[in-house]
Amino acid sequence: MTHAQTALSGIPVFTEAAPTGNVSPLLHEIGHALTRLAATGEPTVIDLRGIPMAPGEEDRIVGFLGRGEIEARLDALGPSEIVETAYPGVWLVTHFNEADEVMAKFVEVATVPTLLATPEDDLHDSALRLSEALDRALSNEQGN
Amino acid sequence: MSNDDINGKSTATVSTDMTLGEQMRARGVSRRSFLKYCAAMASMMALSPSMVPRIAAALEKARKPSVIWLSFQECTGCTESLTRSHTPTVEGLIFDSISLDYHHTLQAASGFGAEEAREEAMKAHYGKYLLVVDGSIPMKDDGVYSTIAGITNLAMLKEAAAGAAAIVSVGTCAAYGGLPMANPNPTGAVAVSDIIKDKPIINVPGCPPIPVVITGVLAHFLTFGLPELDDLGRPTAFYGQNIHDRCYRRPFYERGQFAETFDDEGAKKGWCLYKLGCKGPVTYNACATTKWNQGTSFPIESGHGCIGCSEPKFWDQGGFYRALSEGKLGTVEGLAAAAGIGAAIGIGSALLGRSGQAGPQAEIKAKLDKDLEAQK
Ligand code: SF4
Ligand code: SF4
Repeated sequence: MTHAQTALSGIPVFTEAAPTGNVSPLLHEIGHALTRLAATGEPTVIDLRGIPMAPGEEDRIVGFLGRGEIEARLDALGPSEIVETAYPGVWLVTHFNEADEVMAKFVEVATVPTLLATPEDDLHDSALRLSEALDRALSNEQGN
Repeated sequence: MSNDDINGKSTATVSTDMTLGEQMRARGVSRRSFLKYCAAMASMMALSPSMVPRIAAALEKARKPSVIWLSFQECTGCTESLTRSHTPTVEGLIFDSISLDYHHTLQAASGFGAEEAREEAMKAHYGKYLLVVDGSIPMKDDGVYSTIAGITNLAMLKEAAAGAAAIVSVGTCAAYGGLPMANPNPTGAVAVSDIIKDKPIINVPGCPPIPVVITGVLAHFLTFGLPELDDLGRPTAFYGQNIHDRCYRRPFYERGQFAETFDDEGAKKGWCLYKLGCKGPVTYNACATTKWNQGTSFPIESGHGCIGCSEPKFWDQGGFYRALSEGKLGTVEGLAAAAGIGAAIGIGSALLGRSGQAGPQAEIKAKLDKDLEAQK
């Protein structure tokens, strides 16, 4: 299916499209969420796919927000891109599946996007595994 | 897709007792993967991203249901659509999280083996399995126009429905009769809901339904049980949106800029397709935002009006290329008035819908009707 997509984007079709009028309200919504985050610490997630967009409008939003200092890649059921925009606190999160097709796209207004933080469920297990690994390493050394 | 399941050997396999969360952990699915999956699902189910923790908690506890899929009078388009679902759900998770015990197109087993698998699955999970049906059911001449292993669709549906917890009618044929039922309906085709009256039925119409909507409904059933349905039996989470409400060509509609033919200036400029027969204003489906072909586009984006494929009797609505107003008035004079309708409601309403609330479709419909009425 990746092929199909490559082929599709390879077709030089140009369509004129009227703006939906959704770009500026959405950017304002992000702005309000950012103010809220600064004032109260409350994060917001906005689903970019849930809003009607004319061809090219999503690119305009992404272009407007620009790119900031952090770019992270997550490998879990296919890659995910987590990019801080030029406005600290505003992140673009794009989930791909194993075939590199976009599954979901979010704007996350938060100090740290949820998926970047280590899940609490994993902490206990992780500590356990580390101490086990240390024990093993230690007993190997003593064995030598 | 796990092979055991589809081979029909697995009728009562291991994991029906494990919760989905346990299964995923056992398979080494990380917490982040699980959360990512839930986020994709929320987006797919048109739920607010703030629902992700709830989805995660519910899925965590869900148990693998047995699914029996019956294909009657159909073209296999719905199954084709399903296998093109591009979220990780089908391949990686949903099909591993459900036990697809019978699907005569996808399963390896055939003939007696296949029918045996169906009977075994029905017995083992009686009262608990999810019955998925695609295709309509012919009633004329005792249902002889469509049989599987010598059993009429009618008999098989009745037998399978008796032990089902709920039924999902996938595609417009199963949901409302679809193409087989179109005039003059030579086989006497009817919808599942015309026959089965004593089980909850979820209609997932579309010709075919959007792939991720099929898996989304199954996922919704796994997570929250029976979804909220509209008056046509469709889950509002996926069918609560009016195509016209969410159409990116709406600004043209509001300005009264219409393509008159498929190759005029207006068509090239991407103007509204209302005059070319677009049924968007009376159609409820997720196309305009979920889109088709891995989220590439939807028919209106490709320059063709909506044909209303998720609505009952869409084949018999007077022609795909006749303007909606023509259907009622016989002329296109009503257009100018109809074009003014949107302005009051505004595109901002589309922003509302994102949080999962239905937009003011009823309002739009009423206004449209009133305007058209006024033209008489
Ligand atoms: S009539 Fe069709 S093309 Fe025009 S705005 Fe409505 S849905 Fe879009
Ligand atoms: S745009 Fe209309 S006809 Fe086309 S797939 Fe969507 S609901 Fe069906």
